[in-house]
Amino acid sequence: MSKTKTHEVLQSPAFQKLVKNRWSISLTFTFLMLFVYIGFLMVVAYQKETLKMPIGDSLNLAIIVGLGIIIFSWLITGVYVYWANNYYDAAVKEIKKDL
Amino acid sequence: MSLNLLLQAAPSGIESTLGTANPVSIAIFFLFVVVTLYITYWAAKKTKTGSEFYAAGRNISGFQNGLALAGDYMSAASFLGIAGMVATKGYDGLIYSIGFLVGWPLIMFLIAEPLRNLGKYTFADVVAYRLRQRPIRIASSVGSLLTISFYLIAQMVGAGTLIKTLFGLDYEIAVVVVGIVMTCYVLFGGMIATTWVQIIKAVLLLSGATILVLLAMAKFNFSPGDLFDSVRTQYGADMLAPGGYITNPLDAISLGLALMLGTAGLPHILMRFYTVPDDKAARKSVFVATGFIGYFYILTFFIGFSAMALVGKLPIEGLDKGGNMAALLLAEHVGGSAFLGFIASVAFATILAVVAGLTLSGASSISHDLYVHVVKKGVSDEKGEIKVAKRATIFLGLLAIGLGLIFKGQNVAFMVGLAFSIAASANFPALLMSIIWKGFTTAGAVWSIVFGAALSLILIVLSPTVWVDVFGNAEAIFPLKNPALVSMTSAFIVGIIVSLMKPDQEAADKFESEKLRTYLGVGSEK
Repeated sequence: MSKTKTHEVLQSPAFQKLVKNRWSISLTFTFLMLFVYIGFLMVVAYQKETLKMPIGDSLNLAIIVGLGIIIFSWLITGVYVYWANNYYDAAVKEIKKDL
Repeated sequence: MSLNLLLQAAPSGIESTLGTANPVSIAIFFLFVVVTLYITYWAAKKTKTGSEFYAAGRNISGFQNGLALAGDYMSAASFLGIAGMVATKGYDGLIYSIGFLVGWPLIMFLIAEPLRNLGKYTFADVVAYRLRQRPIRIASSVGSLLTISFYLIAQMVGAGTLIKTLFGLDYEIAVVVVGIVMTCYVLFGGMIATTWVQIIKAVLLLSGATILVLLAMAKFNFSPGDLFDSVRTQYGADMLAPGGYITNPLDAISLGLALMLGTAGLPHILMRFYTVPDDKAARKSVFVATGFIGYFYILTFFIGFSAMALVGKLPIEGLDKGGNMAALLLAEHVGGSAFLGFIASVAFATILAVVAGLTLSGASSISHDLYVHVVKKGVSDEKGEIKVAKRATIFLGLLAIGLGLIFKGQNVAFMVGLAFSIAASANFPALLMSIIWKGFTTAGAVWSIVFGAALSLILIVLSPTVWVDVFGNAEAIFPLKNPALVSMTSAFIVGIIVSLMKPDQEAADKFESEKLRTYLGVGSEK
């Protein structure tokens, strides 16, 4: 691959958009995950009583939230994989055609 | 939270065959060793090139690697320790286990794909990609080897104590057996054997824990509500909600950051991303790993509460203060001594697999980072490199046995936290900044790694975990139990300031062309 060609691809709007989209999704998801986890720790630290609230006959808010975070972690990685497989990879394929 | 506490096991009021030679458990463990050594023999024939030894020829599928990642990550300490923490402290155990899971999504969003595209065998490949090789390789291997050593000590001491309690075997014999078997996997079978050991172990552990939960839940008509009601009637509603685990919010955040971002800096985890063919498979493996690890922590939550409700909190604490025997006592309670034998041998297999993964990543750091890029200045034939990797494996195997024997009876509970703290402070910041920041320089990376590692070490010695719990002083000099909040933040700041002080135009220029490989996979290792 010649130097100019590399330069062209790197400067192309398609490539720049790819990188920008990738990091806006990644960083948004990262902050979401940090927010959920640290938020949970803060609720545990300052709002213990709220978490004791019963839900239904035998459950309480703490159990739902705790197990919910585990499921959330898995879902959010799933959403990322779905996005990357369908949108990111397609864009990469498109850009690679020009190489 | 340490398997080491097993040493202080006191006689309990309940009948248990724990600690006597259990024929089922010896048979299953023997079978596991025979099968895995046969796999090693098979893998040895396929392990000739560097890419085969370090990265299983990049032929592992995304799903297989996901299972292997889960196998590498789910240690006996998390199986027995977290179940035990739930069984004795209730809901607080869940808070702790969540910390170990939430790092995985971050590995996905920040690290996995660029790591696979830019590197070859170790994470230092990525950091050194556009920076000066020698200083980066030396600094990164210090970070790697420190992380691995502390993790290894905790695992080996845990192995010796666990096996002593489970089988009545001598501590020293247990440590030597674990050391020799895992060295065989790595030495002869390289990454191919290590990967299959991880996969088998993950399947055994996940199915064993699932059966345990099903047997236990059968006593509660398969209704979680009935289980929680039983806990509530016996021990009060507070057991099902946060207790005294988080008293100081800064402490909680600091430990949380260590667990979360340390996961993204563990060399043996990062190395696994080179075993898959491309970034798409790397992505899939994180998704699979996150799913299995999350499922596993949900299982330990149910195992802990079932043990509390069925075996009882007092008998569990009577056998071991930390509650580490909870899962095993529950297994015996619901499935008899044969099932106890099965679960005990699964725990043993778990330790073997984890130490094998650690040793392989340590050997790679010594041979690929230090020998090839520092001693040989990047010019080395593959044969010579593999020879050094194999010698390094034997050295690390002996070191693991030696450390296991030296630290017998010592309080090593803090070492897992320390390993995560160094991983989060020395390895993770440099890795992330090298991927995303154009202005990152060689000096910035070296200072960030060295500063992060040194600060973690110093602060943990001054923290309540070592200064008070190990040395027995009345008050700690540094207030937080885990230093990550300070040491990781400082590592980022130091890396940024040093890089800004003396910009490196050449590295910045290379960053642009590196993008082609980072984002499109052009030129990445096949």
